[in-house]
Amino acid sequence: MKVISETTYYIICGSLLVFTVLTYLAALVDLGEWNLVVALIIAAVKGSLIILFFMHARYSSHLTWMVIGAALLWLGILFSLTLSDYLTRIPFASVLIF
Amino acid sequence: MQKAEQFPELQYRDLDQQREAAELGMWIFLTTELLLFGGLFISYAVYRHTYPEVFAEASRHLDTVIGTVNTGILIISSLGMALAVYGAQTAKRKRLLFGLIAAIVFGTAFMVLKGIEYYHHYLNAEFPGLRFDYSVPDAKGKQVFFFLYFAMTGLHAIHLTIGIVLVCIILYLAYRRRFSPDYYTPVENAVLYWHFVDIIWIFLFPLLYLIDVHK
Amino acid sequence: MNSEITLERPEIEPINYLNARHGIASWLLTTDHKRIALLYMISLTLMFFVGGFFAILIRLELLTPQGDLVTADTYNKLFTLHGLVMVFFFLIPSVPTVLGNFILPLMIGAKDLAFPRLNLLSWYLYLLGSAFIIWCLATGGLDTGWTFYAPLSTAFSNTQVIKGITGVFIVGFSSILTGLNFITTIHKLRAPGLTWFRLPLFVWTIYATSMIQVLGTPVLAISLTLIAVERVFRVGIFDPTLGGDPILFQHLFWFYSHPAVYIMILPGMGVVSEVIPTFARRPIFGYNFVAYSTFGIAFFSFLVWGHHMFVAGESMYAAMAFSVLSFAVAVPSAIKVFNWTATLYKGSISYDTPMLYSLGFIGLFTIGGMTGLFIASLGVNVHVHDTYFIIAHFHYIMVGGMVMAYFSGLHYWFPKISGRLYPEGWAKLAALIVFVGFNLTFFPQFVLGYMGMPRRYYAYPPEFQVLNVLSTAGASILGVGYILPLIYMIWAWKFGPKAGNNPWGATGLEWTTPSPPPEFNFDITPVVTEPPYNYPTVDDDE
Ligand SMILES: [Cu+2]
Repeated sequence: MKVISETTYYIICGSLLVFTVLTYLAALVDLGEWNLVVALIIAAVKGSLIILFFMHARYSSHLTWMVIGAALLWLGILFSLTLSDYLTRIPFASVLIF
Repeated sequence: MQKAEQFPELQYRDLDQQREAAELGMWIFLTTELLLFGGLFISYAVYRHTYPEVFAEASRHLDTVIGTVNTGILIISSLGMALAVYGAQTAKRKRLLFGLIAAIVFGTAFMVLKGIEYYHHYLNAEFPGLRFDYSVPDAKGKQVFFFLYFAMTGLHAIHLTIGIVLVCIILYLAYRRRFSPDYYTPVENAVLYWHFVDIIWIFLFPLLYLIDVHK
Repeated sequence: MNSEITLERPEIEPINYLNARHGIASWLLTTDHKRIALLYMISLTLMFFVGGFFAILIRLELLTPQGDLVTADTYNKLFTLHGLVMVFFFLIPSVPTVLGNFILPLMIGAKDLAFPRLNLLSWYLYLLGSAFIIWCLATGGLDTGWTFYAPLSTAFSNTQVIKGITGVFIVGFSSILTGLNFITTIHKLRAPGLTWFRLPLFVWTIYATSMIQVLGTPVLAISLTLIAVERVFRVGIFDPTLGGDPILFQHLFWFYSHPAVYIMILPGMGVVSEVIPTFARRPIFGYNFVAYSTFGIAFFSFLVWGHHMFVAGESMYAAMAFSVLSFAVAVPSAIKVFNWTATLYKGSISYDTPMLYSLGFIGLFTIGGMTGLFIASLGVNVHVHDTYFIIAHFHYIMVGGMVMAYFSGLHYWFPKISGRLYPEGWAKLAALIVFVGFNLTFFPQFVLGYMGMPRRYYAYPPEFQVLNVLSTAGASILGVGYILPLIYMIWAWKFGPKAGNNPWGATGLEWTTPSPPPEFNFDITPVVTEPPYNYPTVDDDE
């Protein structure tokens, strides 16, 4: 397994802390629907930094990448197909008109 | 006192193969963990879609300061774990021990702050199942929000507790000089687990604490 | 059958995994995958008969239109426990934990699984889960159906829901750990030269099954946990009176439980893919297609769960998507059926018992799959939803498909596992009885369901009686068919003739090692240089 230098770890940790403050500040601004999106994007960036460097995925085998990919893909299936139901429901009131 | 030589288990060709297998096994395990939390995250998505305003209102009952500080604490604990791996890989024993101890200390601090939060919710009758005030407006949605809040942070806290116990064991083994640059798989796997728990929190933080705080 | 000439001295039993160590502790603390497989086999057989016992009571109650044998409440518990035990404690673990555990390391030329101690832990978790189920039924049982639908399971049922859920939760982790172990083993412990496309198809199917176990089961675990929390603490995550949404539980539950059907059927397909080439003496037709379709099935199985909720209040647009996707699963399944059939073409087929079961599998699975298409169409589904048509459909898959495949595999590898041959005549008779009994039990249920008989009721209008009597008669025949192998296999284990290394003349690494295999499978790690199923073609023989 590849040795990552201490400096890298400190830099990553520092940027994670900066992103945390950024998350908080972004939440103070009214972006409407986009508040959620921005928060999730920042969280995703933080998560990727952790996976890539703290968890050494950047230097890991293709197999590890496949496992990570499968995990995310399946999470995506769970979300998209469940929401495909909730986001396309016709409100009960409009059904009553028929 | 360094263990002279490590032998692979019988089914492995060599130590490298054994280490790779352990690492793969750990990543697969984390996959199952992700989908375990995934069930809660999708529930959150569904109910936030159902009760958008109530969720925003209820979110304001959470302590944003503690939430933010806790996020920082967990990130620093992760740094400790990262340094521990570095120490194990380069045979820098002090780094290894120091990193593990830092992770334990910061992990415990997180749990203490979390406990304070839980206690306040209990006092404010925002703890579904134990003490919850159903007479407030929009009680149903609020109940669902706080149920999810406790389910998600609670499951996270359980994982963190397991992580702390795990790291204590690793610390003991490291103290007994069980690890060397040739063999540090347990450290590596504990680190993977710890970072995973950290990532979950990084998503929980904005989803639970920061809904429409600008209002 | 050309049996090999083996140089055996009859007076000295060679050292193998069975006689290498002695005593109870050598079994209960073993990390040998072969011994753990036998431990699983024994515990699974016990659970199979527990589940079968409930099936018998259900069929006896349905012999007459009136509810006379048991009360309505008892009947609810009977079908719940039948489903729960059979699904979670027999069908899901069956082929992976018994045959997979035993054969997989042998097939890939490994000395054991990647994590032998974890393997033992999985078995203990299975036992603990079973203990909870036994405790549950000893203290009054469970009446929610095996699906645990909320809010029935959280707010209304006054039976032992928590014990049942705990049992399933624990056995779920057993399943996850087994899957994790298999995936790692297949990746890391293949013998030199054993590339992915030289792997026997059984290994591919076990791999795909393990993927489903690892990716699906956690979602079941969390949804069951939520049910338990809602029930114990009276909070609302699914209960609509407290703000929850019961449909969400169905989403989470079926996200796992539809793919779980493929956890059951895929390894069965793997067994059939081994048996057909062996007894047709031909390489499998279209190896790559069969291998890829395995993954196609595993992947698509996660995209169709909404077909269980067409009438539950799901959005009609989602329902359309789920319907179309459900049709898509039929494609890779059909590819497999066509390839098996094509393998038989021009083969020199011998009708040994494993082959009989496998041929039975192909036919019955096809019927089960085709009727699955009927009920995946939205319009038909509304008509037959929650009727016996559904019951018949999934029993054709699970019993006609899966259990047949399990029996096929048991007979196929019995000589390897025990070192003995089972009595062929009795085995063929049992296979015939199972086939006849099965069809007599479940075919009438298609008709009943089409006529409108709903599932999960203990009484029915008198005009349904004839078909129900047929079904009950079939079930008793089926029961005989299941008990026969138990008897002759125990007999053969003790008194059967010695099998030799390779009684079927099959290809595959598992047949190169002695029967029963030595403790560490191979004295010298084998090197693979050939594609799988490398049978000489008929023309070469002549
Ligand atoms: Cu289904």
